[in-house]
Amino acid sequence: MDISLTINSEDRRISIQAGETLLEVLRRLGYAGVKHGCEDGSCGVCTVLLDGQVVHSCILLAVQVEGHDITTIEGIGTYDHPHPLQTAFVEAGAVQCGYCTPAMILVAKALLDENPHPDEAEVRETLSGVLCRCTGYLKPVEAVLRVAQGGD
Amino acid sequence: MSRPYNDPDQMLKMSEHPEGLSPDEMRVVGKRVPRLDAMKLALGKPAYTDDFTPPSVLHGKILHSPHAHALIKRIDTSKARALPGVHAVLTWQDIKPVRFTTAGQSHPLPSPLDTLVLDSKVRFVGDRVAAVAAETPEIAEQALPLIDVEYEVLLAIVEIEDALKPDAPVIHDEPDCSGFEGVFQPQRNLAAHFAAEAGDVAGGYAEAHRIFEGEYRVPQVQHVALEPHVCVTWLDEDNRLVIRSSTQVPFHVRRILAPVLGLPDKRIRVIKPRIGGGFGGKQEILLEDICATLTLVTGKAVRMEYTRAEEFSAARSRHPQILRLKTGIRLDGTISAMTLSLLATTGAYGSHALTVQGNTGSKALALYRCPNLRFEMDVVYTNRPPAGAMRGYGVPQGLFALEVHMDEIATELGLDPIEFRRRNWVKVGDVFPLAEALGEGRKGFPNPLRSTGLAECVERGAQMIGWGRRHDPEWHSMPGKTHVRRGLGMAALIHGSGIPGIDMGGAYLKMNDDGSFNLMFGATDLGTGADTVLAQIAAEVLGCCADDILVYAADTDLTPFDKGAYASSTTFVSGGAVKKAAEKVAAMIKNVASRMLETPPETLRLEDGRVIAPDGESVTLREVALESLHVVDQHQIQAAESHMSLMYAPPFAAQFAEVEVDMQTGEVRVKRLVFGIDCGQPINPDGVEGQIDGGMAMSMGYGLCEEMLFDKAGTLLNGNLRDYHVFRADEMPLIERFIVPARDPSGPFGAKAAAEIPTDGVAPAVVNAIYDAVGVRLRQIPVTPERVWQALQRSG
Repeated sequence: MDISLTINSEDRRISIQAGETLLEVLRRLGYAGVKHGCEDGSCGVCTVLLDGQVVHSCILLAVQVEGHDITTIEGIGTYDHPHPLQTAFVEAGAVQCGYCTPAMILVAKALLDENPHPDEAEVRETLSGVLCRCTGYLKPVEAVLRVAQGGD
Repeated sequence: MSRPYNDPDQMLKMSEHPEGLSPDEMRVVGKRVPRLDAMKLALGKPAYTDDFTPPSVLHGKILHSPHAHALIKRIDTSKARALPGVHAVLTWQDIKPVRFTTAGQSHPLPSPLDTLVLDSKVRFVGDRVAAVAAETPEIAEQALPLIDVEYEVLLAIVEIEDALKPDAPVIHDEPDCSGFEGVFQPQRNLAAHFAAEAGDVAGGYAEAHRIFEGEYRVPQVQHVALEPHVCVTWLDEDNRLVIRSSTQVPFHVRRILAPVLGLPDKRIRVIKPRIGGGFGGKQEILLEDICATLTLVTGKAVRMEYTRAEEFSAARSRHPQILRLKTGIRLDGTISAMTLSLLATTGAYGSHALTVQGNTGSKALALYRCPNLRFEMDVVYTNRPPAGAMRGYGVPQGLFALEVHMDEIATELGLDPIEFRRRNWVKVGDVFPLAEALGEGRKGFPNPLRSTGLAECVERGAQMIGWGRRHDPEWHSMPGKTHVRRGLGMAALIHGSGIPGIDMGGAYLKMNDDGSFNLMFGATDLGTGADTVLAQIAAEVLGCCADDILVYAADTDLTPFDKGAYASSTTFVSGGAVKKAAEKVAAMIKNVASRMLETPPETLRLEDGRVIAPDGESVTLREVALESLHVVDQHQIQAAESHMSLMYAPPFAAQFAEVEVDMQTGEVRVKRLVFGIDCGQPINPDGVEGQIDGGMAMSMGYGLCEEMLFDKAGTLLNGNLRDYHVFRADEMPLIERFIVPARDPSGPFGAKAAAEIPTDGVAPAVVNAIYDAVGVRLRQIPVTPERVWQALQRSG
């Protein structure tokens, strides 16, 4: 079946299989920044933004997002114009294996869009939606706080 | 061929890096250079194995055993084969039986050859029964239940202690499994048996004023790399098999799989793209063999990726152990004799059985000075999911036992735990008495310790955590919360820097027209930052920036050999190769520049992208490159080098923990962690800190909540991320860390390892802090609220 949706500000009409998850569809379409880590929404690395809200694309059926606006990591920055969070993650040394990094950045973006100056507890609560086995979360928290505290 | 392996001076000469630079002269090494590939990953660019899937790839899936121990009496695949879209269904009947080990290690393989791609016997719940390749993952999934299997269920061994009983079923009764003589005793369910002694142990106990004994238990835990095991295989246009895999050991994969697949090594190419975390779990051939077999059978590209449930039930894990320590203490508080006996299980297959447990002994018995040492280990087969390599490689087990044991002895002797350790820890010049016996399945290389920053790590750490508060009874109680008590604990730590005399890494470096360089090596950055660290080493020698170094790794066709990412060896071993290659290239650059500047090459220095003469005249690296490639005496400035070290250059660390214990619920909250590391010269302090932070988080899980739980039939009870708890961002304590750079002459720029030692200490430090808080000694981790509560009840 075909559905219409917006991906990274681009209106698209795409063909999907019944039962396909949003994660499978996005990866099939080449959005490599959306990662597979589990199949039950518990690790968070498949995070995308649905109308600006954090969702786990592995537990959403693609058919459920018809007409909605999806943002993936590819939609928020480029080499020439990285998002401030992308720059901060790089500069703070918050990227280790990098597999959870896009999800961390997206949940942080959703937080900062709502609340530009969160405190550390709020940042930690937000990042707790994404599992990371490399960083102990210290440098990712620092990276988000850098952006939150830097004069935007 | 004569080998100078018995002469310490010769050994150092072969291994060391003569230093030309003091730390404050360095421009790239020791700096917080951002990871070269960080922006790529932060932007979500394709980088990982599954980001480049060939068109019309088939999807492979495995039918896993529902039984812990069974024979496959009959297996009928006709219905599955008939399903439209299914291209292949394989069972043991389709496979040439070549026993191998999934453990990716150097030749000769120290792990027993006890595994088949597909077997007629299954040995754990999750073991392979059959494999399917189909046009979509859904079709492959649908095909699995169509495979009709009749099992003869056998008695299973789930508990470690049951494996050596005389009436225990034999898990590996097949006649064609093999392993090291004397070590491998499959008829007794022993994947590895080993014992070694140094000095006069009986005499040491006779000399002792007091003897202390303790038994400690550590759990089976999971790596939980966020990227599951994933692999894509295909036959290329030259009919060669290409394996693109998230592997820490591409060269071992090629060598080990060649006989299994019936192909010469030269027909196999293994490519390692970006790895999404490994922690040792990808030092393992977990999917490559079956995925490649499906490609060879179908002639098509096949992709396989584990689900999270498969990661838990059918990947690898940390070996659970029961450790017994017996220590003799002289009147002056020094150690006169020590014995470590351990019983571990490797689960259903012997992956890393000998070497992980050997490493438990070789590190746990090396931290404190003692001439009389005994180490004995039995690693048994059980019908559990196999264990394997996991970050720390036996040392988190050993140092948990040792460091809790040392705390107990200090308490009994009435000594401060730091003071007791200080009387005993190793010092420069000490030789580890068991070094020769514990050489990873062959003879090791005893040589004296040349650097240690342990004393400083402990002193500074004690100051930071406020160790003096231990003596303040009031501090231990919480105002207004009589049921909560506070405590402080610590652990001293030692690890390794590569495996002396075994690990080897190669590097190739060439200069481009613009004065940039391509650096290629076989080492595998699994998220550690190794690519950046190795580029920094090259840049320091070549007088350029790290981002002038273009890194490519690893590919068995294109890059030099490297044994891969394990044993904390990449900076120490592969970094040695990069440094040597860069030094050769630097000499070639100076030769060209010497002619251009009309100045002798030995007077020139490389700095800021230029070659500079003593009078200040200079040429740029670009000018040198153009001269050498296009103008006079044209040649490619390039060098290939390799490095192997015989030296003993352990990193040291001190771990401190502050906890709060709720005596009503048994809940333990870690409030603060302080970690001081002596990793020699840090090549990239950001990278070292990242290793510490992640390692401590993993060790905190080991100590507090992570444990694979099985029912009596051997079925995993908590094989998902909801029931198996991994700490999240809002559960982490306050973390402070610092680096004590005790440079070692055997490492590049004085570097030692940093990758694994942070995984060793939180568990024992927390358990020691619990004792300080409530006076209850726990000897089993994880210290779940239930275990703590029960211990509190027992103590009254």
